[in-house]
Amino acid sequence: MNNLIVLPLILPIFIAVILIFFRQQIRIQRILTFSTLLLLIIVNIYLLIQVKVNGIQVLQFGGWEAPFGISFVADAFAMLLVLTTSIVAFLCMIYAFSSLGETFEKMFVYPLVLLMIGGINGSFLTGDLFNLFVCFEVMLLASYVLITLGGGKERLRESIKYVVINVLASWFFLVGLAMIYGTLGTLNMAHLAQRVAEVNQGPLLTTIALLFLVVFALKAGLLLFFWLPGSYRVPTTPIAAMFGALLTKVGIYAIFRMFTLIFPLETNITHTLIGVMAIATIIFGCFGVMGFKDLRQIVAYNVIISVGFVLLGLYANTTESLEGAVFYLMHDMLIKALLFLMIGTIIYITGRTSFDEIKGLIHQFPLFGWLFFIMMLSLAGIPPLSGFIGKLLIGQGLIDKGAYIAIGIGFLSSVIVLYSLLRIFLKSIFGEATYNQKFKTKIPKMMLVPMVTFGLLTLVLGVGAEIMMPYVEDAARVLTNPEIYINAVLNP
Amino acid sequence: MKINDLILRTVVQFVVFIVLTIAIYLFFAGHYTPGGGFVAGLVLASAVVMLYISFDTDTVRKGLPLDFKIVAAIGVTLALLSGILPMLFGQPFLKMSSMNIQFPLIGEKTLATVMIFELGVALTVVGVVMTIILSISEGSDD
Repeated sequence: MNNLIVLPLILPIFIAVILIFFRQQIRIQRILTFSTLLLLIIVNIYLLIQVKVNGIQVLQFGGWEAPFGISFVADAFAMLLVLTTSIVAFLCMIYAFSSLGETFEKMFVYPLVLLMIGGINGSFLTGDLFNLFVCFEVMLLASYVLITLGGGKERLRESIKYVVINVLASWFFLVGLAMIYGTLGTLNMAHLAQRVAEVNQGPLLTTIALLFLVVFALKAGLLLFFWLPGSYRVPTTPIAAMFGALLTKVGIYAIFRMFTLIFPLETNITHTLIGVMAIATIIFGCFGVMGFKDLRQIVAYNVIISVGFVLLGLYANTTESLEGAVFYLMHDMLIKALLFLMIGTIIYITGRTSFDEIKGLIHQFPLFGWLFFIMMLSLAGIPPLSGFIGKLLIGQGLIDKGAYIAIGIGFLSSVIVLYSLLRIFLKSIFGEATYNQKFKTKIPKMMLVPMVTFGLLTLVLGVGAEIMMPYVEDAARVLTNPEIYINAVLNP
Repeated sequence: MKINDLILRTVVQFVVFIVLTIAIYLFFAGHYTPGGGFVAGLVLASAVVMLYISFDTDTVRKGLPLDFKIVAAIGVTLALLSGILPMLFGQPFLKMSSMNIQFPLIGEKTLATVMIFELGVALTVVGVVMTIILSISEGSDD
C-alpha cells in the first residue's frame, strides 16, 4: 500500500474544487495552480524513484483487495508519463498566466485545467478498466469546457464535432466494457490479463480487443483522426498546447496497456492491424503537414504523424522498440507543447494564421527564432536532441522485426516533418523583415520563460538520456513481461 | 400571460415536504438497501425544481439563496475529504470506518464515515442538476 500514488489524481481535483470558491480572486487562483503543479512535479519525481527502487507500487482503494476493489498501479511507464504531464502542465500554466485574459480566468479556466490533469493522471495510473473509463470522462468533460471557452462561431462549430465524436467513442468504450465483463467476469486489468491468458485469447476476445482498439484509436487520433485537426486548432494557445501534448497520449497509453498487458497473444491480428493503422496515419499526416498553409493546421497534423510513429513501436513489439516508444512519448509531450506554444506566440505577435503572410520574425525576436530552430531539429530527431533516441530505438525494433516498409515510411515522415517546419522557418522566421505596425513588438517575459524551459528540457532529455534510460528500460521491462504487473497487483 | 396555477402551488407546498422526506429516507437507506447519496440528491433536486416550476424564480431565490455551483463544490470537497482523512491515519485512500452508537429514542444505530462521502455526493448532484437546469432555463445571464 502506498497512498502517495493517488496524489497525482486527487491533488489537482481537490485544488480545482477549492478554486471554485475563489472565482473572483484571480491572484489566489494563480498562486494555488502554480504551487499545486509544482508540488505534483516533486511528488512524481519522488514516486518515480520509489518505483525504480522498490518495484511497482500498488494502492487498493478503501483497502478492498484486487480484483474486487479499484487498484491504482504505478509502474515506471505510467510514472514517466505522469511526471512529464505535470511538467508540461506546469509550464503551460506559466504561459497561461500572462496570455489568458481576465474573462478566461474568471470562467473557471484554472479549475478546469486542474481537473483535466487529474483525469489524465488517473488514466495513466489506474489498474481498473472501468476506472480508466471514469478518468477518461473526467479528462474529457474538462476538455469539453476548455475547448469552448471564449466562444465564437468557429470554436463552437469545432467543439460540437469534438464533443460528439468523443461521446460516441465513450459509448463504444462502455459497450466494450460490458462485453469484456460479460465474457471474463472482471474489470481489473491484471485479473483480466490473467484470465485472457488462461482461456487463450479466442476469436471472441480478439473481437472485443479490436473494439477497444477502435475506441482508443478514436481518442488517440490513430487513423480515426478526422476530428483532430479542427478541434486542436480552436482553443487558446496554452490550452491547445496541453491538448496537443497530453490528450492523444492518454489514448496511446491505453492502447499500449491494452495490447501489452491484456491482449498480447494474437499479435498476428491485433499488432499487425495497429501497424497498418500507424503507417496509414503517418502517410495521411504527412499529406496534412505539406498541404496546409494555416499554421495551426500544420501543427495539428504534426501531432497525428507522431501518434502513428509511436505506435510503430508497439507494432514491432520488441524490448528496444517499446523502450523507444516510451522515450518518444516523453519527448513528444514536451516538444508538442513547445511547438503549440511557439506557433501560438507567432499568431499572438502577428495576428495572422497563414505563414505566407508572416516574414522575418528573427530580426526582432532572435531568441524566439533560434528556439524555433532547436524545436524543429528536435521534432525531426536530429542527434543531440531528445527526438533522436526514441526514433533510433523504434527503428532498431522495426529492423529486428524486419518491417522495412514501416521503417522507411517512419523515417521518411521525419524528413517531411522537418520540411513542413523548415518552410515556416525560412519564410516566417528567417527572410526579409517587413515592418508592420500591427505586429506586437515584444513577447512578454513570462511567455518566453516556459518556451525556453521546454527548449532546455528537450536538450537535457537528449543529452542526459543516460540518466533517464534506467527508468525507460524499467518501463519497457514491465511492458514486455506483463506477469510482473500481474504479480504486483494480485500477489502483493 | 398570466396562468392560473393556484392548485399547482397549493399542492406543491405540501408535496415538497413529502419529497424531501423521501430524499432523507433514501439517503439513510442507502447503506445496505437501495438508495444512497446519488438518488437522494436527485430527489432533492426534483423538489427544488418543483418549486421553481410552480413559483417564479425570484420568489424561490429569496427563500433559497444558494449559488448551486458552490453547493456542488462543497459536495465534492466533502466527498474528497472523507477519502483523504484516512490517509492521515495511515489507512488506504477512501478507507471507510463505522461505529455503533446508542441514541436516545431510536436505539442503537451504526454511524459510518461513508455518510460524509454520501452527503458530498448528494450535494454535488443537487448542485450540478440545479446548475444545469437553471442555466438552460434562464439563458445567458450568469
